[in-house]
Amino acid sequence: MAAPQAKASARLDALQTGPGFGAARADALARLRAMGLPDRRDEYWRYTDPATLNVQAAPAAPVFDASDEAPLFDALDRVKLVFVDGVFDPAASDDPALAGVEILRLADAPDISWANGLYGTLETAGQTPVARPFAALNTAAATDGILIRATARAAKPVHLIYIHESETSDPILHHLVKVEPGAELTLLETGPAGARFNKVLEVDVATGGRFHHVQVQGRDHQRRAVTHLFTRVAEEALFKSFTLTANGVLTRNECVIDIAGDDAVAHVAGAALGDGATGAFHHDDTVFITHGAERGESRQVFKKVLKHGAVGTFQGKILVKPGAQKTDGYQISQSLLLDDDSQFLAKPELEIYADDVKCSHGSTTGALDETALFYLRSRGVPQEEAVALLVLSFLADAIAEIEDEDIQAEIVARLEAWLSRHRG
Amino acid sequence: MLEIKNLHVKLEDEDKQILKGVNLTVEPGKVHAIMGPNGSGKSTLSYVLSGRDGYEVTEGSATLEGADLLEMEPEERAAAGLFLAFQYPVEIPGVGNMTFLRTAVNAQRKARGQDELSAGEFLKVVREKAKTLKIDAEMLKRPVNVGFSGGEKKRNEILQMAMLEPKMCILDETDSGLDVDAMKLVADGVNALRDAGRSFLVITHYQRLLDHIKPDVVHIMADGRIIRTGGPELALEVEQNGYADILAEAQ
Ligand SMILES: Nc1ncnc2c1ncn2[C@@H]1O[C@H](COP(=O)(O)OP(=O)(O)O)[C@@H](O)[C@H]1O
Ligand SMILES: [Mg+2]
Repeated sequence: MAAPQAKASARLDALQTGPGFGAARADALARLRAMGLPDRRDEYWRYTDPATLNVQAAPAAPVFDASDEAPLFDALDRVKLVFVDGVFDPAASDDPALAGVEILRLADAPDISWANGLYGTLETAGQTPVARPFAALNTAAATDGILIRATARAAKPVHLIYIHESETSDPILHHLVKVEPGAELTLLETGPAGARFNKVLEVDVATGGRFHHVQVQGRDHQRRAVTHLFTRVAEEALFKSFTLTANGVLTRNECVIDIAGDDAVAHVAGAALGDGATGAFHHDDTVFITHGAERGESRQVFKKVLKHGAVGTFQGKILVKPGAQKTDGYQISQSLLLDDDSQFLAKPELEIYADDVKCSHGSTTGALDETALFYLRSRGVPQEEAVALLVLSFLADAIAEIEDEDIQAEIVARLEAWLSRHRG
Repeated sequence: MLEIKNLHVKLEDEDKQILKGVNLTVEPGKVHAIMGPNGSGKSTLSYVLSGRDGYEVTEGSATLEGADLLEMEPEERAAAGLFLAFQYPVEIPGVGNMTFLRTAVNAQRKARGQDELSAGEFLKVVREKAKTLKIDAEMLKRPVNVGFSGGEKKRNEILQMAMLEPKMCILDETDSGLDVDAMKLVADGVNALRDAGRSFLVITHYQRLLDHIKPDVVHIMADGRIIRTGGPELALEVEQNGYADILAEAQ
């Protein structure tokens, strides 16, 4: 145990704070030093070994050639903002002009009050009751990111594109999103970003605001990612996030949601596809939803399709605070194991301190339904196509969480393409 | 059309013989009925013909228009023109009924070297056929068979059959769980498909379906064999006297 611990502290010792947000950075660094980096003995890391996230240098990840597919969302009218190995590339990006939306770059260290008031705030709040060291690390050390403030309904989505070019890149990005009262924004994120990606996204959705988020983490086999999404959802506001993960030796996606205002809605969903035959796959969804207001609705829908030794994990908690009456909390985590050597580990939790609430959770692990498969084949649908149809049907509830039909159709097309590449 | 010779089938995982030498020939354009007590092997015969896993053919053969069915994958049998209306239609959550139908129709067209139907063409045909079976638009949108009543499931089977236009239709207890009106709908759906090039094998426990779908030939199956073959009057005999006499006679 001594060696990894030494390496972990080597990473902390070498850590430098990023540009701007001086006080928040210093606080985060102090917090991180106090909590230390996690190890396998931490309850919160029981299913996922953080060793390769702790080491000082990112383990190398060959750049994957994804040119057999058109870039995601290429047909959508959107504002593209490109990062190459974690560095914003203005030349490759669109002019960040979007009516009703203010878009700034973190590396420019803009000294503006809304960002100063938000940077690290939700992350800090999200450190209790469970420590999230990689998020503190990010707040302290992030070198770049995008700061977005929507004051109206954005006419088109903002699309963050993460290009991976260097085998050893270790990007740390921190984005802020502030959706002002009644405003609406869609944020898209795609791409592997680097060999080891640490990302924090803090999203503050004010009264009546609406935020939609669709993220696609693909397709590099050796990439690692630890991401955190912190959100505070105010009165009558809506937050919706969907993540598609295909491939990746290690992905840990944490989502921390604070239902802070009455009648707020937060949905978070994920579909993960792993095939150990093309590279080790470990995918971890960790969700913590706190209901602190009345009549809140939260929904977690996580689905994983695993084969050839792929591993999926899920830890999801709904905490209903005293007084959060009429809360409606739903959580489902399911895996479809396409063979006998894959594995799914799940830890669903409910902690409820209000008496008039409706909360449910369920977790299942299963194989393909042979009867349904035969039924389809007896109608003339070839085996592989029938399997794909059943896998898509398994994922349907998660995909349904994407509101925009065009975006949903692109996600489905990517799922189908992945399935056709990973037959047998 | 369909020719079954001396078919012996056992369970794959168990030493249990279910079919013990079935002989049956269905000519083009004919309707044959198979009746028989529960457990006599009727469903097993339909599953083996359509290629379900779990059974082992130990002897005999089954051909469709001369082609060896037993050598084909289930989807190949379907493309060759075989259709089984299931005794227990399968629910597939998450797959819309319409998607299911279109995938099936186009897969078969593709296998036969025909162009796929466009979404518009397909929709038009489905709506028309669904209407005659009293299947509403809502049922077409819902996931396959999920939340369907027994009668809706059986009607949905007939809709699939109508869309796929198979040559050899096997109906396994399509009348079970249906009230008189629903049975009439199903029978009308089947009768509408009757023509000189299409054959039917109607498996039923009761005679009443055969009042509506008039068979040319009736077979009685018991303990894995066809023990008697006759005309429509054989069904009436079963209706009146049950199986006991026929079984005793066969002993
Ligand atoms: N998969 C199976 N596993 C075990 N027993 C089976 C299986 N399939 C059929 N059988 C047995 O085979 C016999 C015939 O069943 P089946 O073909 O369903 O009869 P029928 O349709 O005439 O009622 C019954 O004894 C039944 O229990
Ligand atoms: Mg039966």
